[in-house]
Amino acid sequence: MTTDTHASNAVGVGLLMLAGLAALAFLALALGDFSAPFARHYEIKARFVSTSGLRVGAFVEIAGVRVGQVTAIALDPGAFDAVVHMRLDAGIALPSDAIASIRTAGLIGEKYVKITPGGADDRLPPGGEILDTESSISIEELISKYIFERDAP
Amino acid sequence: MIRAATTVLRPIAELGAMGLFLLQVLRVAPTRAARAGTLASLLVRIGTRSLTLVLAAGFCVGAMLAVQFHDTLTRFGSPSMLGAAVALSLVRELGPVLCALLLLGRAGSALAAEIASMRGTQQIDALACMGIDPLAYLVVPRLLACVLSLPLLTALFDVAGLTGGMLVGAISFGSPGAIVLDSAASGIDADDVMMGLIKSLVFGFLLGWICLGRAFLAPAVRGTEDLARVSGDAVVIASLAILGADYLLSALLP
Repeated sequence: MTTDTHASNAVGVGLLMLAGLAALAFLALALGDFSAPFARHYEIKARFVSTSGLRVGAFVEIAGVRVGQVTAIALDPGAFDAVVHMRLDAGIALPSDAIASIRTAGLIGEKYVKITPGGADDRLPPGGEILDTESSISIEELISKYIFERDAP
Repeated sequence: MIRAATTVLRPIAELGAMGLFLLQVLRVAPTRAARAGTLASLLVRIGTRSLTLVLAAGFCVGAMLAVQFHDTLTRFGSPSMLGAAVALSLVRELGPVLCALLLLGRAGSALAAEIASMRGTQQIDALACMGIDPLAYLVVPRLLACVLSLPLLTALFDVAGLTGGMLVGAISFGSPGAIVLDSAASGIDADDVMMGLIKSLVFGFLLGWICLGRAFLAPAVRGTEDLARVSGDAVVIASLAILGADYLLSALLP
């Protein structure tokens, strides 16, 4: 009894562990992006007149390629503009005259930050600020402008 | 008057007894490690034999979620978020909870009935007479097997659910599996996986503690009726505890 039961128990436990751990690994690595905390990043920030619709966790893209994430959005209480903190992959060094703009994916999709690199020779240091920015475009404002200003005399 | 006092005091006393039971279990747990053979057969009984149930249930739940979310998301103009919606609800919420409730029905009730019938036939007293601590011999390995099995089963439930959701997305709604999976991957981050993992560890612990404790402390088990009552009560209390803990963990964890 003992040897047979032990052997089949071992197979059963092995089956459970193998399948369970594989599933856990799939969730964590393939879906969960667990490597993110260990990858190397650096922070930059940018000031916008309006970040309406942009959320923490939104993507940062250069030429349509995802290179980072928005980590915080805060109001500068002095200047009343929005300071957006972003985390970029360490391998990407931006020229100091890069432009950050808030764009919408599709007509009503989510907002993301698009960075257009400039041509300057010096690089933006970690913690540096992108000086040239374009705020988010509000579709409602554009539409209302179009409708109401055309009617106005 | 006395009856009123006992109706108030009895649940409090039972709660206290469960707390003391847990303290004793935790005290003996490190002193005498469970025998590997015992733990292995328990893991097979609780974990491996629940695999088919968990996979089948997960698949059905994932497929159901895909149908429901497709309808809802289409109303809000973003059916491309199907994978993310299915994956998030599975990994954060439905996987841990449903898997815990399934394991409770499948293994928790059986554990409670087993221990209660040992109590009824005085096997537990016999163990104590032979100088074997019944807590270390019976309860600790069973609790450990519950805590170890549930996270693994939950991960399998999630993956089976994603597969179900992906198939429904591909077959019924014509969005290729790769796109659903990509949306799932972009919707889920490390916090979500951690939340599912922590939940399933806590639920496995609650399941084992309540089912084993209620049965171990059952005052008089004198027949089939008492046995049914003990295991039924254990399942009811454990499911309420799991759902309550689920709310608390959802609110507290990031």
